Order: sequence, then C-alpha cells, then structure tokens
Amino acid sequence: MTLLRIEGVGRRFANGTEALRDANLTIAAGDFVALLGPSGCGKSTLLRLIAGLDAPDTGVLRWGDGAANGPGMAAGEIGFVFQDATLLPWATAAENVWLPLRLRGIGREAARADVQAALGRVGLAGFEGARPRELSGGMRMRVSIARALVGRPRLLLMDEPFAALDEFTRHGLQDDMLALWRDAGCTVVFVTHSIYEAAFLARRIVVMTPRPGRIATEIRSPLVPEPAARFSSGYAALVGDVTGVLRTAMT
Amino acid sequence: MSRWPPTIAGLVALVLWQGAVWLTDVPAYLVPGPVAIVRAFLAAPALLLGSLVSTLIVTFTALAVSTVLGVGLAVAITSSRWARAAIQPWAVALQVTPIVAIAPLIIAWVGDPFSALVACATIVAFFPIFSNTAIGLASPPTELLDLFRLNGAGGWATLRLLRLPAALPFFLAGLRISGGLALVGAVVAEFVAGAGGFASGLAYRILESGYRLQIPRMFAALVLLSAAGIAIDATLSGVGRVLLRRRGGA
Repeated sequence: MTLLRIEGVGRRFANGTEALRDANLTIAAGDFVALLGPSGCGKSTLLRLIAGLDAPDTGVLRWGDGAANGPGMAAGEIGFVFQDATLLPWATAAENVWLPLRLRGIGREAARADVQAALGRVGLAGFEGARPRELSGGMRMRVSIARALVGRPRLLLMDEPFAALDEFTRHGLQDDMLALWRDAGCTVVFVTHSIYEAAFLARRIVVMTPRPGRIATEIRSPLVPEPAARFSSGYAALVGDVTGVLRTAMT
Repeated sequence: MSRWPPTIAGLVALVLWQGAVWLTDVPAYLVPGPVAIVRAFLAAPALLLGSLVSTLIVTFTALAVSTVLGVGLAVAITSSRWARAAIQPWAVALQVTPIVAIAPLIIAWVGDPFSALVACATIVAFFPIFSNTAIGLASPPTELLDLFRLNGAGGWATLRLLRLPAALPFFLAGLRISGGLALVGAVVAEFVAGAGGFASGLAYRILESGYRLQIPRMFAALVLLSAAGIAIDATLSGVGRVLLRRRGGA
C-alpha cells in the first residue's frame, strides 16, 4: 500500500539556494528507505518536507492513495529522530519518552506502560530515572529513538541519527534498528551520508546529488535485514555498487 | 573554596586599620577605626537595624516587581514579534538611563514615597531578569521546537514544558544580579529623596550622620549595607542552586 507519493517536489530557500529540485519518490507502507548523499544534496530538506516542518515551492506530497496534500498525518503519527538526541536535560529518561504522549494529553500514569515498553525495546529497561547527563551518547540516542517510537508512529523519520556516535556504538544501534523496524512495523525514512550505513539498513537506497539537490537514482537492497548481513559477500558487493552509482551521479 | 582566606585577610585589614588610627591619632569624624564603628552601632542598634529593614523592604518589593515584570515581558517578546519590536528598545533605553538622573522626577511624580523608592529600584533591577529570561526562553534548539510542533503542541504547551524550564537557569542568574542592583537602586533613590522620601532607610541614616558629623555611625550604616548586599547575593545564589539541584540539572 502506498503511504506517500512525492511528485515533482522542489524547494528554494529565501537566500536563493535551490535545496531540492523535482524530487519524485513513492514510499510504501513498511518500507525502509535511506536517503543517501553528500552534504548539500537536499536529503534533510526532503525529510523536513515529508514531516510537514517545511512546505515545498513546487510539486505535491500525496498521502495514502487519495489526493490529499498538506501534513497528511495527525499529530504524533510521525516520529522524528534528529542527529543530536535533543533530550530535555532536566527531565529523566522516562519523562523524555513520555513527552510526545504528554503533548497529546496522556497523563503520566496512563503513559507509564507504553513508556516502559519503549525504553525496554531500545535496551534501556532500568534507566527510567536517569537524567540525560548521566547517560552515554549512545544511550541518549536510544532514549531519543524510544521517544520517537512511544506513540507507535506510522512513519519514522531519522536525520543522520548515528553520525555523531563512535563506530562501536553505531554498529550496535544499527543492529538494533533493524530489529526495531521489524517489530514496530512502521515505515522508516533514514537520512545518512554513510554508504555503509545505507547499504546495511535500507531496503531501498535513494541516491541524491548536490547543487541543486536532486534524486539521482535508486538501488534496491538484495540483503536479508539482519545483523549477520554485515559480514556477507552481498553486503560488500552492495557497498561497491552504491559507491559506483554515487561516483557516476556526482560527475 | 575555604572561607579562611577572606576571613583572615579581613581581620588583618581591620587590625591594620585600627592600628593606623591609634598611631596617627586621626579624629573619628575624619576616619573612625573599627572599634569606634562598632561602638556607634551598639549605641543605637535599633535605629540602624530599623533602617536596614526599611531599605530591605524596598529592595525585596522592587525585586518581586522586577521578577513579575521581567519574566512577563520576556514571555511577551518571545511569543510575539510585534511585542518584541515594541518593547525591546524601551527596555534598553530604561536600562541605559542613569537612575540618579530620573530619580528626582519619579519621586516628584509618584506621590507615595514608598512607591517612588520601589519604582526607582525596579528600574535598576528589572533589566537583568528581563534580558536573561528572554535569552533563556529562546535557548531551546530548533530540533526540540520542531519536535513539539510535530506532536501538535501549541504555544502554551511549548512555553510551559520547554521554554520556561529551559529559561530557569538563565532567570536565576539574572535574579542574582538583580538582587544586588535592587539594593543599589533602593539606596540611590533614598539618597535622592533625602528627607523628602521615606526618611528611614539606611541611605537616609548615612546622609543624616554626615550632616551631624556622626561619621562612625555613617560607617556603621555603610557596613550594614554591604553586609546586606552580600547576604542577598548569597541567599539568591543558594536558592538558585537548590532549585536546579532539586529538578535534577540545568
């Protein structure tokens, strides 16, 4: 089932920068799409347009099979994970995860079970009362992911969420991300500038190029979405393919 | 940090001061020694402490008014671009106008002496709370504001759950500066008002003692003033620390 159809979408900023030109992309429910490209290719702009945080200058975003334009989803149906964990520093991990539910009027007690389940899913059971400054960078990102998942979003948008983490932590989170995607059953759009990350995580790798930002091509992953795929020959081949496509697209 | 170094340095200074006064035999109406100052205080403790209370009432009233005004206007300029354009330049104008220059006007315009003193002290104390709180309210990163938008939060929820908590440490830093300034403002206003004002604050005692050449009493009033300033600063910084610790972090 089609979740979102992006048709001829472009965005030019007030300073004249053309961040995105004529983007066409169809996202099916349950997809895991990576938007891959160097900085300035418009991948974050596209993500913000999908989130409804910004509006396109040209083209439309059609939600579902209907012709609806605009935000398309009710508040809270979109989960967003930023490059920084952006937690409330004065609130505990549980209070941070509660936040999206709280903004929808769900009280602390009513949210407790969901909050605990979300923290459990990201491997942070027992850390409910910890403040962000008491947690490592990777753990803070896990809280941030739990916060995005707690409202059972239909669409999870992630903007280079693991870029600031060390490699060991990043691998751990990538492995867990695959399991979370499988269990949560939601659609994921994942922005990254790492070929390795895109190849490992995504079912579809959308390659983007800069100046102006545009979608160059798309590669479907033949890999089985599980941690062991990292050590398969298929993974190495896919990384090689994507690298080649990116290089051609850039010239 | 240990409290010993300032205590010892202070005691040494007091001993040297008293020694110099004895050795040079300078009259007390020119430079009174610490012993004469303590004697002057003990001669009329109720008078001086009463004046201290009077000045402190003006100070804390002004601080309370500054807090309400400062936080209120900071919220206003954060919520509306129109309010920002309308308020900001006037707040700065008020901040840079020397209080001694406008105090006579305020005292003449505001009939009630207590209100006039509070108004002067508020003008001096208001700005740090206002500008610090405004910076704090604007401090949450765009990503967090986006997150609130994505979850359908309105202006009130964003203010209550994000902007105000984020502004707390900024507000407390401003409050601490304003505490000292409120005392300074109260004293300046009392000076300008002179006998026409409340006729009871510490600044009035300083003026009065000067006219009567009761210089040791004047010094005693001065010492009380700086002790009050130090106590206000210590109290406000303590309150800030406790508030931030209780909520578990800045």
